[in-house]
Amino acid sequence: MYVKRMLKVVLFFILVSVAGSCIKREKIPHLVIWHWMVDRQSAFQALAEKYESETGVKVDFKLFFPPDIYSQKVIAAARAGNLPDIFGILGEKRMLASFVKAGHILDLTPSMKEDSDAWGKRFYPQTLRIVSFPPNNIYQVPSGIYGVPIDTTVLQFLYNKSLFREAGLDPQSPPKSFGDLISYAQQTKSKLGIDGFVCGWAESWLLNALATEWAINLMGEEKFLKTLKGDVSYTDEDWIKVFSLFAKLKESGILAPNITTMTNKEAEDAFAKSKAVFSFNGSWAVNVYRQLNPKLEYAFFPLPQVSSSFPIKVWGGAGSSFMVNAHSPYKDKAVKFLKWLTLPEQQKFLIEATNNLPAIKGCEDSLPPLLKSLTESFAILTHPDIWPYNEDSRVIEVMNRGLQQIVMGLKTPLEVAKEIQTTKERLSQR
Amino acid sequence: MKRWSWDRFQNFSFIFPALVIFSIFYIYPFFYTFVLSFQDYDFISTPKFIGFSNFREVLTDREWWSSMYNGAFITLWALTFQNILAFMLALGVDRVIRMNKFYRVVFFMLPILSEIIIGLLMKQLLSSEPLGRDIFNRWITNLGLGFFAQDWLGSQRVRLVTALVHCWKGFGWAFVIFLAGLQNVPQQLYEAARIDGANAWQVFRKITLPLLTPVIALVLVLTILGTMQAFAMILALTGGAGGLTEVPVMRIYNHLRFRLAGLACAEGVILGLILIVVSFGMFFISKKIREKYGVLPS
Repeated sequence: MYVKRMLKVVLFFILVSVAGSCIKREKIPHLVIWHWMVDRQSAFQALAEKYESETGVKVDFKLFFPPDIYSQKVIAAARAGNLPDIFGILGEKRMLASFVKAGHILDLTPSMKEDSDAWGKRFYPQTLRIVSFPPNNIYQVPSGIYGVPIDTTVLQFLYNKSLFREAGLDPQSPPKSFGDLISYAQQTKSKLGIDGFVCGWAESWLLNALATEWAINLMGEEKFLKTLKGDVSYTDEDWIKVFSLFAKLKESGILAPNITTMTNKEAEDAFAKSKAVFSFNGSWAVNVYRQLNPKLEYAFFPLPQVSSSFPIKVWGGAGSSFMVNAHSPYKDKAVKFLKWLTLPEQQKFLIEATNNLPAIKGCEDSLPPLLKSLTESFAILTHPDIWPYNEDSRVIEVMNRGLQQIVMGLKTPLEVAKEIQTTKERLSQR
Repeated sequence: MKRWSWDRFQNFSFIFPALVIFSIFYIYPFFYTFVLSFQDYDFISTPKFIGFSNFREVLTDREWWSSMYNGAFITLWALTFQNILAFMLALGVDRVIRMNKFYRVVFFMLPILSEIIIGLLMKQLLSSEPLGRDIFNRWITNLGLGFFAQDWLGSQRVRLVTALVHCWKGFGWAFVIFLAGLQNVPQQLYEAARIDGANAWQVFRKITLPLLTPVIALVLVLTILGTMQAFAMILALTGGAGGLTEVPVMRIYNHLRFRLAGLACAEGVILGLILIVVSFGMFFISKKIREKYGVLPS
């Protein structure tokens, strides 16, 4: 009796679900966008409302946070064929390449090129290169533009102007060389008892970015890229010099204690509260510092040079980008929306709301002075996503760990260089 | 026969939903991990079969063995310091002492707290300005031990500090299991021993310890399994500290973040196999001890 009743219940649920799936749902024409940018959600929503009032097309920005979770969601959705109309991809360019090769991303080259390259010309070339694949690229992806950058990121040194003044330094003259950096920080530390340099070096990518900038300044971009290709060893004299810079930072006593266990958020908090005179951070920090301490008096400055033989390059270009789902029924609408989003009016709105650097040209006048100073470095941006060769993530991992150990005083630059080279050789044999 | 089949169908229908859920969320991922460990896979591209390459890479990777060493170092501290502390506290609370219920609650509070919370809390406590509040250094300075104050998370000591924090967080589990074991020891045995004139040490050595051997073996195995797979607290406390506190699961996590799914699965399989061998070894030794002491019929 009991079993019969249960079977009836099961049968009822099966019938209901079958009937439910047979009802033809009306397709509401609206765009769904997935992103992870928690600081921009309200600005995006405001833009969505504006777009709907102008065009009648509803846009739904769905926020997924933290970024790791967002990334997993996008991957799972790609595997299940459930990607939204527009989405962003976090991670290395290898990841973008995998999405393209799997056919998930629409090639935007025709849209960018139409009307005499009207859309493509809006962008700073460096930002567009991040989401493009040139012919014969190492990822074996068909050449094309596969994303729409919505902002630009630049990593630079920062200094606290108030602390400079208190320590008797000229707040208009940030350090120009590596030696200046150390002596200014030591002076501040001895006069004010404040740490010289703070940075989120528990997140090793910041260490890697700084090491890359110094490496390019010291040996030139050509030799740097030859190392990635495998033609120059990491035990080369120039690389030892690069790693030695971190040993010098340690020996000079200017680094904040526990810097290798400090996350970037913690470093931002310390700098915003004037607990250190120098930091190395991205352009997004302007928004962060504004929230943490609106009265903070600071400025960005170019990489303190370690050599005058080669020009400096600035790590950056890779801001946030949106991709169009190649299987979306609304891909034309999605492209139209992204064209609208990257018009100067919308970009200026985003600048005001979120204090990020724009991806398109012509918005410089709307930038606050702090961000405007960063646009000067747009011509010298560099990033792994635009290099013709890329290092294996496991080699980078060994390098980052080695740099952390140098900073902790546990290993010498030579030991670290040997470890990196050994790993590179081991992996290249596979 | 027909009736038997119907009964069997009825019985099976009750466990069927659980079996489906268990198969989808446990059995399938378990075997899929093995499949992936033989593949080159980034979660998006089509997986490529590469034989034992991932296993070869893990076994020849110095960083992997370094993370195993870090895990073993913390495990050794957990096996000794943590478990001895837990055992002594359980012995103390097992006796009829005042406020023993209060102590039970207090000692079991730490394990039920989130690992991330413990990690972040200890980071604040142990780190100097500007990262933390330098609370621990201030305490020891107030106690007249200022010469001992130092950068706890920024030097080679970070591995030991991590091990001690792990022990501090984890001893409550061992405490509860030891206490349950102690309370299962028949009181008549203690009374008989006392009548026979046995002293406290003899009672402990001849009654408590042999009868607790299965419990001790269980605690040791759980400690090894738990500590070798520790991750969240260490991630929050040190983030790896230049590899000094990078434990195997953290390495697997990092490789998953780099989308090296095959390699991460191979590491998971190797770690799993090592833990299975160690666990069976511990149970085997425990059985031998029990046989020797006559606790089990040999």
